[in-house]
Amino acid sequence: MSDYNFAYLDEQTKRMIRRAILKGLAIPGYQVPFASREMPMPYGWGTGGVQVSAAVLTPDDTFKVIDQGADDTTNAVSIRRFFQKTAGVAVTEATSQASVIQTRHRIPEEALRDDQIIVYQVPIPEPLRFLEPSEVETRKMHALEEYGLMHVKLYEDISQHGDIATAYAYPVKVEGRYVMDPSPIPKFDNPKLEMSGIQLFGAGREQRIYAIPPYTKVVSLDFDDYPFQPTKADHACDLCGAPDSYLDELIVDDVGGRMFMCSDTDYCATRRKQGHVGAQGMPYEEDAA
Amino acid sequence: MQAQTLEGGFANLPVDASHAFRAVMTAMARPGDIARVQGAHPPSPMSMAAGVVVLTLCDPETPVFLAASHDTPQVRDWITFHTGAPFTDARGAMFALGAWDELPLSDFPIGTAQYPDRSATVIVESRTLSNDDAILRGPGIKDKATLSLPETQRFQTNAALFPLGLDFIFTCGDRLAALPRTTRVG
Repeated sequence: MSDYNFAYLDEQTKRMIRRAILKGLAIPGYQVPFASREMPMPYGWGTGGVQVSAAVLTPDDTFKVIDQGADDTTNAVSIRRFFQKTAGVAVTEATSQASVIQTRHRIPEEALRDDQIIVYQVPIPEPLRFLEPSEVETRKMHALEEYGLMHVKLYEDISQHGDIATAYAYPVKVEGRYVMDPSPIPKFDNPKLEMSGIQLFGAGREQRIYAIPPYTKVVSLDFDDYPFQPTKADHACDLCGAPDSYLDELIVDDVGGRMFMCSDTDYCATRRKQGHVGAQGMPYEEDAA
Repeated sequence: MQAQTLEGGFANLPVDASHAFRAVMTAMARPGDIARVQGAHPPSPMSMAAGVVVLTLCDPETPVFLAASHDTPQVRDWITFHTGAPFTDARGAMFALGAWDELPLSDFPIGTAQYPDRSATVIVESRTLSNDDAILRGPGIKDKATLSLPETQRFQTNAALFPLGLDFIFTCGDRLAALPRTTRVG
């Protein structure tokens, strides 16, 4: 442990965030304003998620952080170490062993259990913001359930591109009421938003917290003749062979060589340990550095 | 100031509050689930669970309404010393505390169309708390859940106000359960 208060934030700040989380759970998909604090990392690095995690963590938790599915990126490593230092929590890279998972832009491939909590880092919590820059107006639109503009946006996608081109941060309607930005997860992950774990969303710069309780109805917006489709690269993972996971595309040389691999590093590594080998992969042991 | 006022708070505030919040949050996210909490020893007639909720969520920014049975000098002094929360009438309450039949439910703030979060959280001191009687459906509930409620009509009226409405936490001894405005009762 350290000389910081448990989980870095002072108690009054945590109480304020905790009250916002409770109201968020009581009004699924509604963005609750909160007094976001300066954190020892820049905005855009997950200050909202970090504040929500700080308010939620207990010393008994096992904490996992992923950034675009990966446990080993700078952002994920620094946030994991931050809470190791300030909250003394155990950490893990294994999805199944984590009790609290903070994520940037992905939902793990492995389905979450009902005793797990996932905290999303959110850059722009307002799904209508790029259509209507005024907070006064968007707040009114949410109050009046006036979401026609969002359907116009999706319609314009179709008229320009022949299809709904929105590939991430794909808007959803929660429990038939609030249209919500699921954070910039790929739309491949949207069906997982109906899950048995508790989902909390924190936007630090924009000072909003929102939530989805377990088993809440989350519907991706679409049209009858252009139904929502969770898409991914039409390929299997080159390392573990998984045909059903979300893939990153990696350029491996300067003559057009490339490979696709699972964006969820824990999912990929677990499969490789089990003996699955993809088209360009090597068996797990020999590959270890 | 009496010794009783100064005692009964969390022994290790940050850690005790984190466990307490996890219990309250899980209860709010899963209506019908009953959680056990510990760490607070408020003066009678406050239950241990109500004490834990107040210590975890209340501070100088949250006006508290006390119903008649709980509006005693001992309870007031204890809440003031441990949380600094101001006391208010029903219309200004962010939190309300008392037994079901003495709470002026129609006077509590239910939020506004633009800020539905500006609504009261009502802590209902209950004689019993068990998983029977009323059937609950809605967010946080897989199929259906059950919870002993003092009545059903009030909760149906409250749910009809969605996205406005009150959120309830039922406390009984060292146990608590919650009923957010989204839960459909009956």
